[in-house]
Amino acid sequence: MKKIVEINDYLLGTLAGGAADCVYWDRVLAKQCRLYELRNRERISVAAASKLMANMVYNYKGMGLSMGMMLAGVDKRGAQLYYVDSEGTRTPGKVFSVGSGSVYAFELGRRAIYHATHRDAYSGGIVRVYHISEKGWVNISNEDCSDLHYKYAAEKGNVGA
Amino acid sequence: MANINLQCLLGIQCKDFVMIAADQSNSHSIMVMKDDEDKIHKISDKLIMGVIGDQGDSTQFAEYIAKNIQLYKMRNGYELGPTAAANFTRRNLAEYLRSSTPYFVNVLMGGYDKENGPELYFMDYLASSVKVPFACHGYGGYLSLSIMDRYYKEDATEEEAYEILKKCVKEVHRRLFVSLPNFQVTIVNRDGIKVLPVINSELLK
Repeated sequence: MKKIVEINDYLLGTLAGGAADCVYWDRVLAKQCRLYELRNRERISVAAASKLMANMVYNYKGMGLSMGMMLAGVDKRGAQLYYVDSEGTRTPGKVFSVGSGSVYAFELGRRAIYHATHRDAYSGGIVRVYHISEKGWVNISNEDCSDLHYKYAAEKGNVGA
Repeated sequence: MANINLQCLLGIQCKDFVMIAADQSNSHSIMVMKDDEDKIHKISDKLIMGVIGDQGDSTQFAEYIAKNIQLYKMRNGYELGPTAAANFTRRNLAEYLRSSTPYFVNVLMGGYDKENGPELYFMDYLASSVKVPFACHGYGGYLSLSIMDRYYKEDATEEEAYEILKKCVKEVHRRLFVSLPNFQVTIVNRDGIKVLPVINSELLK
């Protein structure tokens, strides 16, 4: 499953929580963002997109929605990262952002996901990495966490059993 | 939410100003997501509101109150003073309290009134509202209230009040079991709103 949703060429959303909720609401958000683009002849900002999302799910607060997502993208204000969840939380952050040490950070991010898949019963599958710049997003890699496991084990000199 | 008492709001009102401090942590269950969150909202030129509580509710409620107070000014050509704004806020809390979607927020509202000078209002999610010289919310408040009892002076200067807040944060750092590293501080006086340096362990050294 692709847990990074390509909302448009400059906006990515990550999913966690109820798969159906996430897929559905990300799709609704993608629709809203496209409509915004058609109406205003300009791309929606990450701040606005995240607020659309937060307001939509806030209406359903307490009714059982379960999702936590990050919205990442590039707009007029530069690279932006927002966290939005079904509790109605919406907050900008830089914790997940990638700076000049991007190569190191990619590797760190990928490895962090691998370690999470190893310990968390509910996570696994493909570890996907995207890079978003002012020219839009690029998919960097899609690796099976099982392959990563043996790769990292080999680097440590183990067989990985 | 269980989270509401783990956050902290402090407020002091003196002769010439009112000062509000809020912790900047944003935690989800056992994880701290952020420690530079803005919990003090500017409502109008001389009115601020510190809000803690349910994450979604806090922002949603603060923006709702702020926008309505701005709308009132546009419609009527004059602004709600701190007392009126506090009454408006309290009424909203009270009305939503018995609805299916109550706002789970604790609030400190501070403002500067043309006639009455600085005012501080303590409000909680059960829609109580009371005008106070100093007040706190959250577990951190239990530790801070006695410090404020001891050091509060009605005619304290801005520097002295900031020092009192520093004492409170120091105690929170020492005695509270949750980590609230950063406290943002905002002040309102006759000239308007001013943001003061964040109180953290670096500053307390």
